[in-house]
Amino acid sequence: MKRSSASLAIGLAFTALILAAAGLSLVWTPYDAELILVEQRLMPPSAAHWFGTDQMGRDVLSMILGGARNSIAVALVAAGIGLGAGVPLGLFAAAQGGIVDEIVMRSNDLIFAFPALLLAILITAIAGPGAINAIVAIGIFNIPVFARLARGGALALWPRDFVRAARVAGKGRLRISLEHILPNIASVLIVQGTIQFSLGVLAEAGLSYVGLGAQPPAPSWGRMLAESQTYFALAPWLALAPGLAIVTTVLGLNMLGDGLRDLLDPRIRRERAI
Amino acid sequence: MTLLAIDRLSLAIGGKLILRSVSLTVAPGEILGLVGESGSGKSMTLNAIMRLGPPGTRTEGAIRFEGADLLAGPERAMESVRGRKIGMVFQEPMTALNPVQTIGRQVAECFRLHLGFGAREALAEAAERLRRAGLPPEIVPLDRYPHQLSGGQRQRVVVAIAAALGPKLILADEPTTALDATARGGIIDLLAGLARREGAGLVFVTHDLASIAGIADRIAFMKDGEVVEEGSAPSIFRSLRHPYAQSLLAASALPPIAPDEAAGGTEPIVEAVDVSVVYGGGVRAVDGVSLTLMSGESLAIVGESGSGKSTLARSVLGLEPLAAGTVRIAGTDIHRASGGALRAARAAIQAVFQDPYGSLNPRHRIERIVAEPLHLLGRIASAERRARIARALADVGLPPDGARRYPHEFSGGQRQRIAIARALISEPKVIVLDEAVSALDVTTRAQIVALLRELSRRRGLAYLFITHDLDAARAVANRVVVMRRGRVVEEGRTAAVLAQPHDPYTKELIAAAPDLETVLAAREAEARTR
Repeated sequence: MKRSSASLAIGLAFTALILAAAGLSLVWTPYDAELILVEQRLMPPSAAHWFGTDQMGRDVLSMILGGARNSIAVALVAAGIGLGAGVPLGLFAAAQGGIVDEIVMRSNDLIFAFPALLLAILITAIAGPGAINAIVAIGIFNIPVFARLARGGALALWPRDFVRAARVAGKGRLRISLEHILPNIASVLIVQGTIQFSLGVLAEAGLSYVGLGAQPPAPSWGRMLAESQTYFALAPWLALAPGLAIVTTVLGLNMLGDGLRDLLDPRIRRERAI
Repeated sequence: MTLLAIDRLSLAIGGKLILRSVSLTVAPGEILGLVGESGSGKSMTLNAIMRLGPPGTRTEGAIRFEGADLLAGPERAMESVRGRKIGMVFQEPMTALNPVQTIGRQVAECFRLHLGFGAREALAEAAERLRRAGLPPEIVPLDRYPHQLSGGQRQRVVVAIAAALGPKLILADEPTTALDATARGGIIDLLAGLARREGAGLVFVTHDLASIAGIADRIAFMKDGEVVEEGSAPSIFRSLRHPYAQSLLAASALPPIAPDEAAGGTEPIVEAVDVSVVYGGGVRAVDGVSLTLMSGESLAIVGESGSGKSTLARSVLGLEPLAAGTVRIAGTDIHRASGGALRAARAAIQAVFQDPYGSLNPRHRIERIVAEPLHLLGRIASAERRARIARALADVGLPPDGARRYPHEFSGGQRQRIAIARALISEPKVIVLDEAVSALDVTTRAQIVALLRELSRRRGLAYLFITHDLDAARAVANRVVVMRRGRVVEEGRTAAVLAQPHDPYTKELIAAAPDLETVLAAREAEARTR
């Protein structure tokens, strides 16, 4: 019990920190994150520039804050795409069964069969790089994850007596899916949502790193990491800051997901009650 | 000489008192029946003997086994007792066995672990033990996995493991509750044989008096963690003094329905004609069954699991697609109708399922659960809706404030009442009761059966009563259909069919699950001739 509530608390704290950073960057950053002042380039961390400045004299802290907004927006919308498309698909497949189920799930397998990054590169190569295309690419990958999860949960619930009772009450498959199935699988979906969110942050960083994510001058953690490489010996803080930001976000979200899983799982909750 | 002597055992878990000063003894070769409802502490008594209570268990008193106090020794000492000197048989054989190991290996493991046998030697010993448990390897090979066996066969494997090392004492925790009526008798005889032939003491925990009355030497009744009455069987059944023991005895013998009650009107409500249901792989779960249920009539469908009776129930409800035949509910073909006609047919037939824990959505309030079928009746004003919910709850004897609560706040019996309230709310003409009283303990079962009969009298409700419990069939239905392998083998008036069965399978069913009175009469006759 202690372990999981600690994981929840740390996860919440980290996630809140990153969300606060992203929110703050909407209204205020110490400096303009896109402002280039070449004379102030590669300055080490100081009171004026907490995380130093980069090779073009931009304030790293401001870029991290702006990058948080970009990362979170991309990952959140991508997770939303996955939930929004995957869950209905999974519920539909489970409710219909037979050939419909087969078609939906095999198409999912098809998406799964591609290495994620490769397909993302394919999409951005066709549609051009940019934050929106990164969202679409990552979002598509989230669809089968949620579809499988929703279908698995729903299949386990369909033979249950309360679902049979609802069928006897004359309710249709759609209505049963919404009224009985969805609320009973919501907790697993929420947990998976936080995990896909963290994977989305990682994927966005990966895409930006290879130059397929948010385009300059918009700040992005992945690109900061890529650009810092050349200067690593000169200015290690350039790599450290975005690296730490990514790690904090991913770790925080994963721990949040773990904590939520323990909190929401009625089996574990029951054991605790004893 | 006593083998086991429990002396004023009190047990608390997390400060809550579960057992209060329980004293019991078991001699070698003696069978003690420990009877009580769920929550009476009977299973906890077994766990206390094995020292298998959950963390935070505190005990007082003594449990002397072969003279030594099991509660006093170190945990290490228990390891040589468990399995070796005391064997245990659990309620659910599927979870008691390892699903990914063959049955031979699971039995052989006892010999390898405790006696250091080699693999081949242990397997030969396992074969012998399984044979003695009624599973000869020629018929049930050692390389079978648990899921390939029937429930009764699985329980035989569990008994073989419990008895493998020749324990002095066997603890059986509701060993027949999860089994089909036809498999119960075999397990009871097997366990009794271990006591009679091998001289082991047996503690048999159950809530079903009929299953223990035939074999027990002594019976102890437990209620709220206390032993309220104890004595020699079968004479104790004729002289019970404690009101709780008396009520348990009364609940065990359900009063049969009067021959003229629920006899049925003239209007057919359910007409099934040549119904067949075929599963993937060509299994004919239901094979050309025809039956008619008249308004206000109660018809029981009995048979063992796998006989197709539940599949037939589902197809009558329109939940199972038919391979052939038709099902008409109040004249409407429920498999082919649509729109308003289908809604009317659905409102006319409702259902109550077996598991009161699984049939209510845990996330919905009672009012929402009970009101679920109301949408079949079109738009209903919210005042009317509330009035109907209150009426349905009152009909099943639940307080109106229950509407705002959640299923987990109710006991099993109350939940089954909620399920019945849901079935009543659309004012149906017939309710399909799919093993609706099979998962309940005897007292609750008697109450639900009484409720069902009262509802049928008051409302002229017809029942299609699917059950493997012949006692319940006698009490609820005055006509019965016996099913085997998807076909009807016998049908007629319940009293007549169950008293003078013609079909050999019906005879088998009846012999496998004798009612309490028959069992007691047989034992008393046996005692007189001796």
